[in-house]
Amino acid sequence: MKLYDYVLSPSCYKVRLMAALIGVTLDIRPVDFHPGCEHRGPELMALNPAGSIPILEDGDLVLTESSAMLVYLAAKAAPQWLGNDTAGRAARVQQWLSFSHRLTASLGAARLHEMLLRPGNIAALREQGTAALRELEAGLVEQHVRGQRFLASDRPTIADIACFPYVALAPDGGVSLDPYPAIRLWSRAVRSLEGFIEMPGIHRLHELTPAPVLEVGEA
Amino acid sequence: MTRNTMIDGWYPVGLASQLDAHGRRTALMGEPIAVRRGEDGNAKVTGGNGRDLPACIRYGHVWSSLGDPQKPLFAIPEADQPGRRLVDVGVVRVRCSPLRAVENFLDIAHFPFVHTDILGAEPHTEVQNYKVEIREDEDEVWATQVKFYQPQAAKSAEGGITTEYMYRVPAPTCSVLYKTCPPRPAEWDVITLFVQPLAEDLCDVWPWMALFDDETPMTDLIHFQQTIFVQDRSILENQIPTLLPLDPGMEIPTRADLTSVAYRRWLKRHGYTYGAQLVAQ
Repeated sequence: MKLYDYVLSPSCYKVRLMAALIGVTLDIRPVDFHPGCEHRGPELMALNPAGSIPILEDGDLVLTESSAMLVYLAAKAAPQWLGNDTAGRAARVQQWLSFSHRLTASLGAARLHEMLLRPGNIAALREQGTAALRELEAGLVEQHVRGQRFLASDRPTIADIACFPYVALAPDGGVSLDPYPAIRLWSRAVRSLEGFIEMPGIHRLHELTPAPVLEVGEA
Repeated sequence: MTRNTMIDGWYPVGLASQLDAHGRRTALMGEPIAVRRGEDGNAKVTGGNGRDLPACIRYGHVWSSLGDPQKPLFAIPEADQPGRRLVDVGVVRVRCSPLRAVENFLDIAHFPFVHTDILGAEPHTEVQNYKVEIREDEDEVWATQVKFYQPQAAKSAEGGITTEYMYRVPAPTCSVLYKTCPPRPAEWDVITLFVQPLAEDLCDVWPWMALFDDETPMTDLIHFQQTIFVQDRSILENQIPTLLPLDPGMEIPTRADLTSVAYRRWLKRHGYTYGAQLVAQ
């Protein structure tokens, strides 16, 4: 499976993270998104007329939407991540997958504006991002009341992976996560998952690794 | 208020490879400027009131100044050595003091915690003694004999090695790092941090590299350096106080901070205080 990837893209990271969590190896094809704008070049435009990345290729299957990639990876290697065992849960997962596009369009665009100088109305993007975070916070609080730690279930699903990156990187776009305790707890739960990998701006939980020991004479 | 002595310095204002006739609007120390390719093919930079500003193209970037530079842009002789790959890493904006961005670049002690498993790893957190000096002839800050254990020092490094570094600050918002070059042990890889001060608490950072590495694809080299720098970005945006304190008393440095101490002393001596906090608050 070949992933056209950009190391700073939260959408690409969704796919890398999902693959890492379920033990799938991806063949990474780095794309010079910035500063080279390779995703708008002829080779990638032929593959994805939308001019976006990630792009996932497996045989003759070409996917250009990160949510579809999460579904594909989970269905192939770890179907419990689909969270579709009941009608209610399946619908909740779909609800959050759709919701995740609002995060991309608001928090993601604010981050690109603040970090890589892409155009945008920063005040409006932050306002939309804040509205989306408040909705997510409320959803997570309701899940806590139901006794569930993740967005659609008591175990993580593709819905969590679809929403986590843009939320965790909200401060990159100048949107603080300080007002959202449920989001911070959930972020911690996601980062505690076995096989979790980081990306620039999303740090691992150092306190989860064993205390380092320095052998005598080693430096 | 004293005159801003940083006014006469050269600052990066764009990538030479992206220079076009349409141009880009940006800023330098609070003043809006425009950067474009002139009819003669050279870079043309104009200030907020339409006046022409000094301009030159060097090290992959367009450089300009709001004042009257007394010296040409600092030299990086290695940049002209044949066989090096020149890497335009591209701009990253950071909401921090331009001086803080440079100071962080000079710091080694954070490697195991911020660049975990790349530039450092626990338990190898010790910063061994190294030498720091302000070279009077060149008027530059230099740190030499810096050694650090690194799991993956460069894209071309296989496995962990003890990497040797030299750091150089030739201008208040620019630093040049010389680093062990795995494929060519007799040479140094050159990694720079060119910082464009937009405001005292906002900067555009233009990392640039001149490496001996014939194997690694260009995009991988760019992504490696972007990864490192964006790992630093969230830390830089959360440093308190926002401006770099030049007054001792704000912080208690340790031996590992010698380069930072010399950098701050050098800034203070020259009155390079745009982005600095002079009196402890």
